[in-house]
Amino acid sequence: MNALEIKNLDFAYEGGKNVLSGINLTVSEGEFVCLLGRNGSGKSTLARLINGLLLPARGSVCVFGMDSAEKKNLFEIRKRAGMVFQNPDNQTVASIVEDDLAFGPENVGVERAEIGERISYALSAVGMEEFRYATPSKLSGGQKQRIAIAGVLALKPDMLILDESTAMLDPKGRAEVTSVVRELNKNGMTVISITHYMDEAVDSDRVIVLSEGKIVMQGVPAEIFSRAEELARYGLNVPKAAYIAKKLRENGLPIAEGIYEGEALEKALCELFQKG
Amino acid sequence: MLKDVTFGQYYPAKSFVHRMDPRVKILLVIAYIVFVFLIKSFIGFLPLIVFFSFTVALSRVPVGSVFRSVKGILFLVIFAAVLNLFFYGGNDAKVLEIAGYPLKWWIFSVTEQGIINAAFMSLRLVLLVLGTCVLTLTTTPMDLTEGIESLLKPLKYIKFPVHELALIMSIALRFIPTLMEETDRIVNAQKSRGADFESGNIFRRIKAMVPILIPLLVSAFRRAEELGDAMDSRCYSGAKGRTKYKVLRMGYRDLLGAFAAALVLTAIILINIYFPHIV
Ligand SMILES: Nc1ncnc2c1ncn2[C@@H]1O[C@H](COP(=O)(O)OP(=O)(O)OP(=O)(O)O)[C@@H](O)[C@H]1O
Ligand SMILES: [Mg+2]
Repeated sequence: MNALEIKNLDFAYEGGKNVLSGINLTVSEGEFVCLLGRNGSGKSTLARLINGLLLPARGSVCVFGMDSAEKKNLFEIRKRAGMVFQNPDNQTVASIVEDDLAFGPENVGVERAEIGERISYALSAVGMEEFRYATPSKLSGGQKQRIAIAGVLALKPDMLILDESTAMLDPKGRAEVTSVVRELNKNGMTVISITHYMDEAVDSDRVIVLSEGKIVMQGVPAEIFSRAEELARYGLNVPKAAYIAKKLRENGLPIAEGIYEGEALEKALCELFQKG
Repeated sequence: MLKDVTFGQYYPAKSFVHRMDPRVKILLVIAYIVFVFLIKSFIGFLPLIVFFSFTVALSRVPVGSVFRSVKGILFLVIFAAVLNLFFYGGNDAKVLEIAGYPLKWWIFSVTEQGIINAAFMSLRLVLLVLGTCVLTLTTTPMDLTEGIESLLKPLKYIKFPVHELALIMSIALRFIPTLMEETDRIVNAQKSRGADFESGNIFRRIKAMVPILIPLLVSAFRRAEELGDAMDSRCYSGAKGRTKYKVLRMGYRDLLGAFAAALVLTAIILINIYFPHIV
């Protein structure tokens, strides 16, 4: 079974024109997909549709085989496909971390004893065990966002949708969050990550570019980031390493095509220097 | 700055009183308030004052912090005292004299009963505030919310939204520091654009607040909307089918508290019977 199956999806907000049109997308279990696109291209709208916060005008959205158009599925969809938003301050409901993490499991009627276990599990998954009794407002941005992720993990989801969850964080906080997500993905979590940071997309399994509500590019990062001109047309840059590699290549250095990521570039340059 | 202000006045400690069940503490404070109004004579305050002093001693809250709460209502106490002092009516009231001059002017007159009444009322008010303040000093806002929710539970049967009310309270508490921080930021932003909040008369100052309040309101609504989405996607769908992680438990401390309150009540009733007069 696929984690996500979107077929011929159209969507418009009330009284507006189509924000998404003709979207077809399949994500298999355990995949790490990055969704890119300029402001207003419809990324958040798509994320909300996957989570059942919005319903399709036409076409269908199936999450783990459950159609979001059926009302009785919504609860289960949200349980299995957790969503993390941009602003960590607007996702916590309680003044104590522990109480906040309990919110999701309480909502779905998990037994008291198991809620305690789930809180411990969620905290250890984001590496914040010692903050169980802390106050979220006193934590750093990265820590707050990890708590927000833990709040979703307490529902034991199989898919995580991150809508620019690193956008408001400093580089340290961003690194904390990305490494937590990466670790989760290694343990089998399907991840759909929306981001404006190209460097976050280089490690994903697949990159999808959205423009004016349509999927315009799709492929593995190596392929997508070698098409710099096309990306620029959709308002996107290539990752820094890819940009540097391209410039070096243009200036006559023999750097292989398809280098788009810091470590690979470093290796290529080292080899070049050793050769002399 | 503003961020450091904590809501209420909780004094963190792990005392006997801190560890009592918030429900019992709330009920005890209600009982305490009733006692204050039951008392008919000065001597009747004695058991209550003993009870109060014991509680404060057990709570390990510095006495200064407890009494600081009275500062806020000082004006009210003085106002009530003055009213009682000058307007204590009754035809039999004897106007006091100082060196042969009666203390009477137009409709104002000072009588012995007036003085006694003013003192009695002031004592009542001060004790009332002191008692309730011990509750907020020893109970976190979260625990208070839990306590209130649990106590109001019977109202569910008449369809009163107890769970929703408690959730609203706890979200409000959760957002106080966030909004404080935001206010700080807006104030600084407006100051850097030359806004002046410190000079001018009161109307001018109130007017100067508008550029702070409007962005704050706008942002609060945006936050509310985002929080709503976040709650939805965490499967929130009202009280139905919901479990509760936190449970309140009563212990020996709560039993002792209730026992002490019963003793105080007995003492007050006995004193009311044997000393029915105010002095
Ligand atoms: N609640 C709404 N009501 C009406 N129109 C909306 C609403 N939310 C978004 N839109 C419109 O839908 C379009 C797509 O918005 P969306 O938020 O999905 O874009 P996005 O790709 O997430 O952009 P960003 O990078 O800024 O987050 C935009 O033109 C936006 O104006
Ligand atoms: Mg968006």
